[in-house]
Amino acid sequence: MRLEPKPASSLAASILYPLGALLATFVIAGLLVMAAGANPISVFGLVLKGAAGSQFAILETLTRATPLIFTGLAVAVAFRAKLWNIGAEAQLYIGATVTVILGTGALPLPAIVLIPLLMLAALLCGALLLAGPAWLKIRFGVDEVVTTLLLNFIVLLFVSMLLEGVLKDPMSLGWPQSAKVITEAQLPRIIAGKRLHYGFVIAVALAIALWFVMKKTVLGYEMRAVGHNAGAARFLGMPVNGIVMKTALLSGGIAALGGFSEVAGLKGNLTLDLSPGFGYTGIVVAMLAMLNPIGVIFSAIFVAGIFVGAAAMSRAAGVPSYIADVIVATSLLTMVTAIMLSRYRIRWR
Amino acid sequence: MEALEILFTASFWVAAIRIASPLIFATMGELICERAGVLNLGIEGIMTAGAFAGWFTVYLGGDLWTGVLVAALVGMTLGLLHSVLTVPLGLSQHVVGIGITMLATSLTYYFYRLALPEVTSPPKIVPFEPWAVPGLSKLPIVGEALFTQTPLTYLAFASVVVVAWVLYRTPLGLAVRAVGENPSAVEAQGISVTAIRTGAVMAGSALMAIGGAFLTMSAFNSFFFNMINGRGWVCIALVVFGSWRPGKALIGAILFAAFDAYQIRLQQLSGGIVPYQIFLMLPYALSILALIVVARRATYPKALMIPYQKGER
Repeated sequence: MRLEPKPASSLAASILYPLGALLATFVIAGLLVMAAGANPISVFGLVLKGAAGSQFAILETLTRATPLIFTGLAVAVAFRAKLWNIGAEAQLYIGATVTVILGTGALPLPAIVLIPLLMLAALLCGALLLAGPAWLKIRFGVDEVVTTLLLNFIVLLFVSMLLEGVLKDPMSLGWPQSAKVITEAQLPRIIAGKRLHYGFVIAVALAIALWFVMKKTVLGYEMRAVGHNAGAARFLGMPVNGIVMKTALLSGGIAALGGFSEVAGLKGNLTLDLSPGFGYTGIVVAMLAMLNPIGVIFSAIFVAGIFVGAAAMSRAAGVPSYIADVIVATSLLTMVTAIMLSRYRIRWR
Repeated sequence: MEALEILFTASFWVAAIRIASPLIFATMGELICERAGVLNLGIEGIMTAGAFAGWFTVYLGGDLWTGVLVAALVGMTLGLLHSVLTVPLGLSQHVVGIGITMLATSLTYYFYRLALPEVTSPPKIVPFEPWAVPGLSKLPIVGEALFTQTPLTYLAFASVVVVAWVLYRTPLGLAVRAVGENPSAVEAQGISVTAIRTGAVMAGSALMAIGGAFLTMSAFNSFFFNMINGRGWVCIALVVFGSWRPGKALIGAILFAAFDAYQIRLQQLSGGIVPYQIFLMLPYALSILALIVVARRATYPKALMIPYQKGER
């Protein structure tokens, strides 16, 4: 068999193939639900109800989507330039750590100054964390996939060390958790008494800004050119190494903002379970959005809905909530396959 | 001085070889895939699935070797999925690999919870027992370190010999190495690049899964969440460190494991003055360092990560 590029992909195909991917995903997940002895239709109904069936459910889904928008954007920006940042998890934790270090009273400033300052600090630290692997890639040709993956483990151990050491809250009765950030460091809630916070608004604004950067600025053009064909970009005189580094700084910084948002908006403090894999899930979010920053908002809400809905469904129907992880992973594989099939035709010869 | 004396005890080297065993399996598996031109980032998830499959088979009443076989078959199935997506369809090996890891891990956890809904501590099995090789195990230090291990460790060393022999001494191995370097030349010989790469990824994934199964069936006696804990990613670094050669990769795995065993003992010696997390970070940091050291003179298989399309140059 061989693959032939299709002359032009129609609008219908670019909608139908991704829909087909989602359908395939839910058929596979449905079979697994049946293996658990449950009825897939009613289980998926419960997932939908748990994700979007009430005001509470919708707000929970949007709250859960917030960190995923940040990590999804971080991955989308990096992957666009073919910088394989698999370390959004570590960058998110660094952002959260910096927020806690500076936000628990070290800087007695009003919120209007403190919050931007914390965001800047998180951004810088996340950017620096990815600058390391990017530099190793540029300077020594070390594959950034492995270095960013290994850094996830190192950073998590580092955070664990801080939480059992200098950052440990003396009032925590032995739990490895930090003190809460001061009121001035907290992002306000969008609706009083609900969990959805202004981190969501920041995430959406960031997505729109990044869409503009990618589409309308020289940097965005350069990043796309490097991702498309680094050799050709270099031949055209583009400073490829510099562009890779700028991409890394941007990507690492965005992921770290996700950590800031989780601490300042939702949790208030830092624990080792701050992120149940938001960095890795961000890869799926970015790919489902086909690396489009605006698309990331919607794919993050979709993925968050699966997780929130599955947790609610699991309590009611007795199907393990890990079905959400299976759906998310499967959708990644079916989606990349569908995108490829929408652009190429398979010839059996 | 105490810190140095550790290095001369047999028990230290017994532990080092035990820690090396799963890494040896998985490193050989990754090496086969990469020699054929396919980066297999599914390794972490395939090891997780193998760890569960082997353990669960024994838990259900199968014998230990059946467990190893089931783990290998699960690995092959995941390898087949990986290669269908990356070889004929030519999808990004980075994205597909990460996707396979996520899928294999989540499927494993799903089936674990399905089979054991309420348990907090997973049930134990009777794992492989150490088996002293008659005669050889009596050699000083080396004998105890190498020849008082479980059968799976011997299998790990055997896998290195088999992989090296097949790669360098058989026509099949020549074809595998050639599709990793110059696939169109192989196709010109009338050999299918797709078939060779698919076979290599399946065989490699089977070894990764057995590496995972070593943890639940030989090193420990039960299955825990996150038990692979980055070992798969370490193995990818070990393949680069070993310059894609089985012998060198074996030495890398043993050195790495010795270092890991050493940090555990240092941790006990330090008596809690240094936070234990520092010691746990060292193996990961060492992997990154090893990559930096060898990166300059690394000779990647030339067609690594480049999909092959028939009739395309």
